[in-house]
Amino acid sequence: MALTFMIPGPLRELAVNRGEVQVDGPAQSVSDALGLLWRQCPALRDRVITERGDLRPHVNIFVDGESIRYSGGFATPVRDGAEIFILPAVSGG
Amino acid sequence: MPVTQHITPADGDVLVLVGTMKGAFIFRSPAGRGEWEMGGPYFPGSAVYAMAYDGRAGRQRIWAGPHSMHWGGLLRWSDDFGRNWTNPEEANVKFPEGTGAALQQIWQIRPGRDSEPDTLYCGVEPAALFVSRDAGGTWSLNEGLWNHPQRERWVPGGGGMCMHTILPDPADPQRMRIAVSTAGMYVTEDGGATWRPSNHGVRADFLPDKHPEFGQCVHKVAQSPQRPERMFLQNHWGLYRTDDRGETWIDVANGVPSDFGFCLSIHPRDPDTAWIVPLESDGFRCTPEGKLRVYRTSDAGNSWQPLGDGLPQQDAYETVLRDALAVDVLDPVGVYFGTRSGKVFESANGGESWSALADGLPPVVSVKTAIAGNGEA
Repeated sequence: MALTFMIPGPLRELAVNRGEVQVDGPAQSVSDALGLLWRQCPALRDRVITERGDLRPHVNIFVDGESIRYSGGFATPVRDGAEIFILPAVSGG
Repeated sequence: MPVTQHITPADGDVLVLVGTMKGAFIFRSPAGRGEWEMGGPYFPGSAVYAMAYDGRAGRQRIWAGPHSMHWGGLLRWSDDFGRNWTNPEEANVKFPEGTGAALQQIWQIRPGRDSEPDTLYCGVEPAALFVSRDAGGTWSLNEGLWNHPQRERWVPGGGGMCMHTILPDPADPQRMRIAVSTAGMYVTEDGGATWRPSNHGVRADFLPDKHPEFGQCVHKVAQSPQRPERMFLQNHWGLYRTDDRGETWIDVANGVPSDFGFCLSIHPRDPDTAWIVPLESDGFRCTPEGKLRVYRTSDAGNSWQPLGDGLPQQDAYETVLRDALAVDVLDPVGVYFGTRSGKVFESANGGESWSALADGLPPVVSVKTAIAGNGEA
């Protein structure tokens, strides 16, 4: 299964300066897909999820345009060819 | 992103490390402290509550604990005064699986004693102590404190449940004191294996029992490097001194406009001299009477002298946070502090007169000093 991760600007230096990272392998869920991403870009892991394994509260992941917060979290299914966006929330101040 | 300016300190220059809510800055001047230049911003957008300088074992390493609201926090260091910073692949300070905790903020980075040149300590939120024995390469949670049976009854203060003060006793390698808001102080006498609360005499005005065994909201503690049994403590209401290594504390709020405040520093050589910035009430938390004044004692807290020459004395409702005041080791002692409004002031004469280092930085949360190439100040 081929998937494309879209990497936000602040994290690109940890992904060999790539805005898109293609991963290939077995993945039924976002959790599986992220595992493939961590294998290619291990430094992204601790920036996106906490040591408890939770998605950081001000980071969003969208699968084919839908936030996983509303579609099953890390268990959200992924399809072959899916685009997965990792994006910072609008939080700030 | 902003363009980062860089500095090139020479040996003997004074460094002032300033952490803000939106990045870090490094000021440098020759030892006369009259020609300042600024480097930064480093880590723009990240809150930097903790910075430190490690000049032991030939290092000239600046540590910072930037925390991005989005991407979390970790410890980073620079060996070239901020031009380049490490960016570890794996977060170097994180809670072990099974603790159920996740790092919220790095509040304190403390190089160990000179006799343990590869040891560093790190205080974090949720309140915990991490230790490195390999000069910061790897870090581990202090389990003795984390598993303390009283920990479940600690509660967060306004800034979060943070370990903000770490005091390795300079004369006893097994003894160390830490302070947590809001848990009070704990001390170990066996190198961190076990800990006991140590708050005798310190009030907790916000509890029905004003003198509990633990639960005080200690804001900052400073220990004399020359006379380690002497410490000063700025409490959430209350200003204290100990002469017995913290076993008992006596009130020394003699003549200050308020005994509420956050920051506190002690003289590097004279244990009778310390500096504070009193704030009005715990509701307002700004400088009294609209005057920005540092108060100094030179007689161990028996009296405090206001120092405002060169500081705004009208409509100056400022707040100086717990880690935002520091002194250097020069003679006369330099004193530095930053405000929540982004001002940084310096005095090259112990506070007798002040001048502005910066006006318009993001809110200042941490100020530390060092002498370049010559160890921690």
